[in-house]
Amino acid sequence: MIDSEAAIEVRGLRKSYGEFEALRGIDISVRRGEVLGLLGPNGAGKTTTVEILEGYRTRSAGEVWVLGYDPGSRSRALRERIGIVLQSGAIYGHVSPREALEHWASLYPRPRSVEEVLALAGLQDCADVRVRKLSGGQLRRLDFALALVGDPELIFLDEPTTGFDPEARRGAWQTVRNLRALGKTILLTTHYLDEAQELADRVAIIKNGSILAIGPPRDLGAGASNYRVAYRDRSGKMVEHRTEEPTTLLHELTGEALARGESLRELHVARPSLEDVYLELTADAGEPPPAEGRER
Amino acid sequence: MSGALVLAWRQYRLERRMFWRNPSAAFFNFLLPLLFLGFFGAILHGKQHDLNRLVPGIAGMSVMSTTFTALAYNVVFLRERGVLKRIRGTPLPAGSYLGGVAANAVTNTALQITIIVLAGKLFFGLDWPRDWAELMVFVVAGVVCFAALGVAFAHAIPNFESTAAYVNAVFLPVIFISGVFYDVKNVPTFLRDIAEALPLKHLIDGLSAALVNGSSLSKQLSALAVVGLWGAAGIFFAVRGFSWEQSRD
Repeated sequence: MIDSEAAIEVRGLRKSYGEFEALRGIDISVRRGEVLGLLGPNGAGKTTTVEILEGYRTRSAGEVWVLGYDPGSRSRALRERIGIVLQSGAIYGHVSPREALEHWASLYPRPRSVEEVLALAGLQDCADVRVRKLSGGQLRRLDFALALVGDPELIFLDEPTTGFDPEARRGAWQTVRNLRALGKTILLTTHYLDEAQELADRVAIIKNGSILAIGPPRDLGAGASNYRVAYRDRSGKMVEHRTEEPTTLLHELTGEALARGESLRELHVARPSLEDVYLELTADAGEPPPAEGRER
Repeated sequence: MSGALVLAWRQYRLERRMFWRNPSAAFFNFLLPLLFLGFFGAILHGKQHDLNRLVPGIAGMSVMSTTFTALAYNVVFLRERGVLKRIRGTPLPAGSYLGGVAANAVTNTALQITIIVLAGKLFFGLDWPRDWAELMVFVVAGVVCFAALGVAFAHAIPNFESTAAYVNAVFLPVIFISGVFYDVKNVPTFLRDIAEALPLKHLIDGLSAALVNGSSLSKQLSALAVVGLWGAAGIFFAVRGFSWEQSRD
């Protein structure tokens, strides 16, 4: 059964290149209006997954539905409703962003106005400069603009901020938030934890072609790892405990400290962060269990 | 929603606009054959026999440079820089896109042939073409043949940086042995045999018949056949090897 509310539905997706299994049975469902972050180290299978959903690559096995279409059929009706920001990709050098956007807009049935898209992407100041003279950051904004001008329902962002300086990154994040506010569905791949945490409603952690965990960034943190309780002892050394029961541990630690007449300097309790979960799951030791479980 | 033809037209308009904004492409694909015509035409001034050979030779070179050279460059550039991949992600139908790109090349061919015919009449002692229909047949056959070969050849070029080397390694020897600048009879036999097997010499023979000596199309069928065979092979390999993206390894 295909959930008609889902923008993307992936079941048991596999992709092999010869002997090498790039994807080993991926299941993802993305609701309409949701931002899903696909997080994983380089070579985990993020781009392979996204490019299958975009219709660039064929799959070896599994079911894939994007806005109700099979992207493998490369239907024009589907391409009218999606926007793609590729990881890299140039554009003609001898046109201006405005001309490129006007041309791109003419390819879609219900485009956004070019002026509006120039503003949304922050390109007003260089709208009439030849593309070959733009800076790297401006080119990346043009990538966004070209993907948005057709007013797509679903937007694929493949590592949208890789190589950005912090300010450009904030700018790109704001664009993604604006798109989300417009009700767009977004599939975002990234290898930056903070980016996934900041932008995604749910995060799927992928490694070696398998999804290791999926859920809202907060819940992922709560589920898998222990709380950290840390303080500085009398000798000035940081002491860190990990526990499933922070209440009990705190009671013991503070009780003992009071009995000794000391204070626990810099005492803090930290929930496991997405980073903890991510590092735990993607640690190199051993193959991830789900992948092995699915091998024939 | 626009029809496929309307989209092809828009793509064509964009290609035309970009073509003139790129000075190096405009020079190598457009001005170079005309400069050669002026240059060699001046050297051969007064030698009507040689000029009669030069003008159709330059016309053949023009067909090759506006299609083979231009498309090989363009396809490699667009593929390696990711423009083709980006276009493939839009609703633009592949046929509309490639149609627009090809029409751009054909426009250059048509403009050049017109200029060459005019220059032949005005400056180089040639009459108007003897057989316009034959001229059309050979120009169209040459365009199809060399456009297909250019796209097919692009598949063999591994990266954009080496495109100039690959393209010139084919283009320059072929124009020299095919008798663009002089009568092919003066070329050593083994090179002449190679030229005989390649399409440009036959295209020039056909253009020569149409422009200068008035030999009818029925006598040029073997030349047309060679151009046609190369064209068929070109189309086969152009379609078969076509890739929208950089190869991954």
